[in-house]
Amino acid sequence: MIWIFDIIILVFLVITSIIALQVKDLLSAAMIFGVYSFLMCLLWAGMGAVDVAFTEAAVGAGVSAVFMISTVLRTDRRSSD
Amino acid sequence: MKAIGFITVIITALLLLQAEKDFPNWGDPESPASSYRLSQHYITQTFPETTVPNMVTAVLADYRGYDTMFETVVIFTAGIAIIGILRVFGSSSQQEHKEPKLTTKKPDIIVATTCRLLLPIIQLFALYVVAHGHHSPGGGFQGGVIFGAGFILLALSRNLQSAQEWVPENRILNLAGIGIFIYAGFGVVALLSGGNFLDYGFLTKLLPGGVEDARSHSMLGVEIGVAFTVTAIMFSIYSNLASNGKMKEGI
Repeated sequence: MIWIFDIIILVFLVITSIIALQVKDLLSAAMIFGVYSFLMCLLWAGMGAVDVAFTEAAVGAGVSAVFMISTVLRTDRRSSD
Repeated sequence: MKAIGFITVIITALLLLQAEKDFPNWGDPESPASSYRLSQHYITQTFPETTVPNMVTAVLADYRGYDTMFETVVIFTAGIAIIGILRVFGSSSQQEHKEPKLTTKKPDIIVATTCRLLLPIIQLFALYVVAHGHHSPGGGFQGGVIFGAGFILLALSRNLQSAQEWVPENRILNLAGIGIFIYAGFGVVALLSGGNFLDYGFLTKLLPGGVEDARSHSMLGVEIGVAFTVTAIMFSIYSNLASNGKMKEGI
């Protein structure tokens, strides 16, 4: 029954990636990128690639989100796009 | 412009979906990647050759140690590049007057206490991830990132100065260099012992046990080197980003 979880995670992945590109508030976009990374981490863990999942959780969902949020707070919060 | 981007994305997605049909099934033992004899060598011979149960770490740190060494150098270079772009050295006295006084607001007691309780656990877990990387998932990169995140939490919960009391800027850069020095040092010692660069099997004179144990222990050593560099560079990138390169006041 693992494919049901896969489908749910993949649907959420598509939703979060579209929201992260569409949203005008860059702080929200940075946070949604963190959510995206965490969903990718779940996907890797489901496939049995635990080392990759661990790296994705630590680097992707943890530190890169902090880097992006600190950059947004130091620059401009609104997207000009 | 947006329409052109959208059309490009659709066409690329269709091409990728077309290519996906040629992929082997997930976990297929007959797929080219699984049936190639090099993969079978790694799967069957990793434990007899290195006594390391986690073959991902064995491939990363031993069989492909050269790759991992230069990955560490890439992280080091990225950190140096961010310092080169963002860091502002010695601003003139005119700018000094214009800048607002540093806010010495006392940190919130709940946040400060929670982070003070959390920080030792995070650092202990990071050390476990580094030290246990060749037996369970983890290793130098993940452990280093978690250790660096501990310092970032300290900087977030109080302020950048109190984190820099623990890890001043010059100590950070020394630490980053020492990490690569440890990694390359293992390679050079193996070279001097008569083997190839990063051929840990020749370190039996310096490390206890046989050839297999020497490889296992050397993997731990290079993981510690990677962890040094990654910890230092992660905190350096954060403190440069959060303080606009002035290293005085964080977020």
